[in-house]
Amino acid sequence: MKVGFFLREALRGMTRNAVPSFAALASVLVTLLVLGVFIPIVQATTGAANEVRGRVLVNVYLKSNSTQADIARVGGVIRQNDQVDKVQFVSKAKALSEEKAKNPEAYQLLGSNPLPDTYRVTPKNPDNTDELIASLAPQTPGGGSTVVDPAIDVVKSSKDDTQKILTATKVVKYTTGLLAVLLVIASILLISNTIRLSVFSRRREIHVMKLVGATDGFIRWPFVLEGTIVGALGAILAVLLLGVLKVALVDPLVSDFALLAAPQTVGFGALVAILLGAGILVSALGSAISLRRFLSV
Amino acid sequence: MAATEDELRLRDVQAAQRAASEQERAGASASSRPGDPANAIEMRGVSKTYDVSNAGLRNATFAVRRGEFVFMVGPTGSGKSTLMRLLIKELEPDEGRILVAGRDLSELTHKQVPYYRRNLGVVFQDFKLLPNRTVHDNVAYALQVTGSRRKEIRAKVPDILRLTGLSTKLHHYPDQLSGGEQQRVSIARAFVNHPPLLLADEPTGNLDPETSIGIMQLLYRINRTGTTVLVATHDNAMVDRMRRRVLELDAGRIVRDEIGGRYAPADISTAEFGALLREPAPEPRRKGHDDPSDDFDDAFRD
Repeated sequence: MKVGFFLREALRGMTRNAVPSFAALASVLVTLLVLGVFIPIVQATTGAANEVRGRVLVNVYLKSNSTQADIARVGGVIRQNDQVDKVQFVSKAKALSEEKAKNPEAYQLLGSNPLPDTYRVTPKNPDNTDELIASLAPQTPGGGSTVVDPAIDVVKSSKDDTQKILTATKVVKYTTGLLAVLLVIASILLISNTIRLSVFSRRREIHVMKLVGATDGFIRWPFVLEGTIVGALGAILAVLLLGVLKVALVDPLVSDFALLAAPQTVGFGALVAILLGAGILVSALGSAISLRRFLSV
Repeated sequence: MAATEDELRLRDVQAAQRAASEQERAGASASSRPGDPANAIEMRGVSKTYDVSNAGLRNATFAVRRGEFVFMVGPTGSGKSTLMRLLIKELEPDEGRILVAGRDLSELTHKQVPYYRRNLGVVFQDFKLLPNRTVHDNVAYALQVTGSRRKEIRAKVPDILRLTGLSTKLHHYPDQLSGGEQQRVSIARAFVNHPPLLLADEPTGNLDPETSIGIMQLLYRINRTGTTVLVATHDNAMVDRMRRRVLELDAGRIVRDEIGGRYAPADISTAEFGALLREPAPEPRRKGHDDPSDDFDDAFRD
């Protein structure tokens, strides 16, 4: 009886105050639509940035006269280092064939193979590249550097590239993160403000209800239900539109653009759940909080 | 002669108030003495001031017995509305105690206030109807807040609307009604619970004289069912003809408390009550030609 009454009251509130209700619904719809587009973009960007960071490599060049035993020993030393994620051995011959493939004419001119045996080391955390290098080739007090194994010639990362990749991806990650936070704040403010307006336009009505002897709960529940319905309707419409966008625009392009297929993008189902939950929660809470001021009569 | 009588009466009232407030000051036991349950309303030294204007209430002390019909008169800003708002606990007094049916209003918690208000019928000058509800639903809302069953609502609402003469307007919205009709809806809403106390704040303030008489007759009929009725109005002349008890306020003070008393409340019918209201107003007093306020005319003479 009571739930039915509150539900009828909520529906009456919505239909008899169509304009403020529609404004609230529209603001939920628009903000969730923007969020729904932006969240996957942020995640795809972050994913892409992480993928780029994964390409940071440290090359350990061996001396040209190293033997098979030397090579195996150095391999063991590198693998024992706890900063190391992956190790790939590239022999003289393999390096030559790789380079030949890139630049056949130049290598045609060279009679012999000038390339050393190399270990390509992927650091666990690209930010710790410098520490990894230092542990394989510690700095001497004199300013030069030694190596941990006599067979190692030089330890190098493509220093400039690494720095560029690291700073660029950091900027991208922080900017998108900041934008996402701002957008979420703006969405909450926009939705709750529209709901405040809708409640405010009925403050006289709330006042009369209080004077007639309605308890706070008796007045609040229809409003919270109304907020929930408005939030849910806005969220459902936003999700439907996002679904249309996904099927019509994004899905056909996934095969062509690596960015869209980035592995860390949230699944559509999870995105729908987040948007629905946020829309309903913010609207219902917004209604309850905006009412408080007018109930203290 | 009449003026001196007024002055005497005023002096009496003020003396009574002084005595009351001295009694208040005399000891805490006086102010905490329990209310008389035979009094529907009792105010003891109640003051309320606002920050911005000086409209308010100053040291008001009076009691209204159960079943009484009391008019409260006074010019705009004399404190009538403040007194009403204090009674429905929309405002808190700065000083003094307000007792309704022997209960001190200051002891009510925020949670208890709605339950207290259900025992009051309140009629406002601006009707305060819910604009999104029909006449029927406006009246039904007062029952719904008390958790009444649908069956009860279906039985009571048409009844009270018949009493107030609104049976044909059941499904109209407030903005489709005239002022008098809206006021009758708000009286129906105030009375549908059969509250023991009905407060009306300028119920005829926005209405023409003939409609006002209809509204007053309705309030009188409600009073005859045993409900205590307190009506605030600034229509001094009409009230004076009615021989009910009159409280007059001026600048927040009670300056007159006159029991009309020529008729006992049950003695006259609603029609007679209306006839009293329609009696011709006293002849306007003509000023003598030597009255200095007539100098205004002289200003245009040359």
